[in-house]
Amino acid sequence: MSTVEIRNLHKSFGQLEVLKGIDFTVEAGQVVCVIGPSGSGKSTLLRCVNLLERPTSGQVFVDGTELTDPDVDIDAVRRRLGMVFQQFNLFAHLTVLRNVTIAQERVLKRGRAEAEEIARETLEKVGLSEKADSFPAQLSGGQQQRVAIARALAMNPSLMLFDEPTSALDPELVGDVLSVMRELAQDGMTMLVVTHEMGFAREVADRVVFMDRGAIVEDGPPEQVIADPRHPRTREFLGRVLHPEGADDE
Amino acid sequence: MSEQPTTLPSRKAWSPRKRQRIGRGAQYTLLIVVAVVLASLADWGAIRQSFFNTQVAADGLPRLFTVALKNTVIYTISGYVVGFALGMLLALMRQSSVAPYRWTASTYIEIFRGLPALVIFLMIGSLPLAFPGLQVPGGVYGQAALGLGLVSAAYMAETFRAGLQAVPKGQMEAARSLGMPHMRAMVSIIVPQAVRIVIPPLTNELVLLFKDSSLVLFLGVTAAQVELAKFGNDQASTFASPTPILVSGLTYLLITIPLGYVARRLESRQRGKR
Repeated sequence: MSTVEIRNLHKSFGQLEVLKGIDFTVEAGQVVCVIGPSGSGKSTLLRCVNLLERPTSGQVFVDGTELTDPDVDIDAVRRRLGMVFQQFNLFAHLTVLRNVTIAQERVLKRGRAEAEEIARETLEKVGLSEKADSFPAQLSGGQQQRVAIARALAMNPSLMLFDEPTSALDPELVGDVLSVMRELAQDGMTMLVVTHEMGFAREVADRVVFMDRGAIVEDGPPEQVIADPRHPRTREFLGRVLHPEGADDE
Repeated sequence: MSEQPTTLPSRKAWSPRKRQRIGRGAQYTLLIVVAVVLASLADWGAIRQSFFNTQVAADGLPRLFTVALKNTVIYTISGYVVGFALGMLLALMRQSSVAPYRWTASTYIEIFRGLPALVIFLMIGSLPLAFPGLQVPGGVYGQAALGLGLVSAAYMAETFRAGLQAVPKGQMEAARSLGMPHMRAMVSIIVPQAVRIVIPPLTNELVLLFKDSSLVLFLGVTAAQVELAKFGNDQASTFASPTPILVSGLTYLLITIPLGYVARRLESRQRGKR
């Protein structure tokens, strides 16, 4: 059973068709990176996996449960999915520790002491134990994003979704977030990552998916998709991303 | 085009600086003339006798604070609590996915924002005429809380709505993605942040309500239930002097000016944070 299985997924916003029939799976323990130009539908695809966006048609399965079944308890499914946003979305009125404990207590019904113990462990894992009593506004973007990862991890998810986790960060803060994600991958976490970080994708991903104009163009191991792309659109995109200044020379 | 600079100075002999100085001089002169005329026309002895009569003011002194101000504060705070709870409920109803809730809340807000507070108090005072057995729990205190609460709820609902809308959309998405049901996310994540955002306008609402508490006068109160405005008015008729009303007015300012200052401070602090 795949962790994520998507069958013929379509999503439209009004007249605009953003996803045009996506078929795609993520196996347990895999790290899958989704790359592609902006507007290609990759974030929408990710948001369909935890139903932040409702698919127009098609099916989404997570651990064998069909999310697109109208009778499914979506809150129960989301408990098993960690989500990390581009804009961090830490709860601004709560301390770092409380950000990590609140859903454990309110959703998983863990006791305060147990939740705090788990929170301190996960904060340790992302290297921010000393910030437990700070508020989000007192942290740098990179620190906030690591807290957001800890907040999701504390729920013991079977899958982590990352929606351009480093795109809103200053360049010098990207490394810390990526190294936390790399460790997660080494620990065997199943991860679906929408990213522009080609280095990360090449090094960490088991599979790289290239999307363009609402469809999957290429899907395979990074040494193939990034190093030796088959499709001209993949080649063109990678050319622009990997050599942003050299593109005009030809 | 080149002729203009040469013709202009000859037509207006005064330099801009000089014109400004003359203008300001004229304003000061007018001010002094008005002050002198007023001072010479006024009967200072009579004014002091009626408005600043220390004996009359002293007579009301302990009760001004122990009864009148105390009751004003009680009416204000109880009305505020009712208005806060009802206002929050209305704001949430306006965002409901169930249309009749939205209609009910909008209708309430439209009606109660459009009515003078006095009419609402008169209506509450006359309820026993319609329902002879009807008693608002808590007597005058209950009626005051109800009246002030009904009035302020409509305004607070609009304030809360603005606050709820000011909480970034990502906060709800983050809460839902952690498995929180919609209601739980509202209670734990969205509402606490909305309330923080609206603290400055809600402090202003407290100032307005403090002043509106004077309308309790129309509910018919006993000597023990009297608030500042009625206390001043009663004293004024007893002593046939406007001094007590002035004293009551000053007592209002004692509360409203610092509170208004606090509201402005909170507002500027919040603006600095964003």
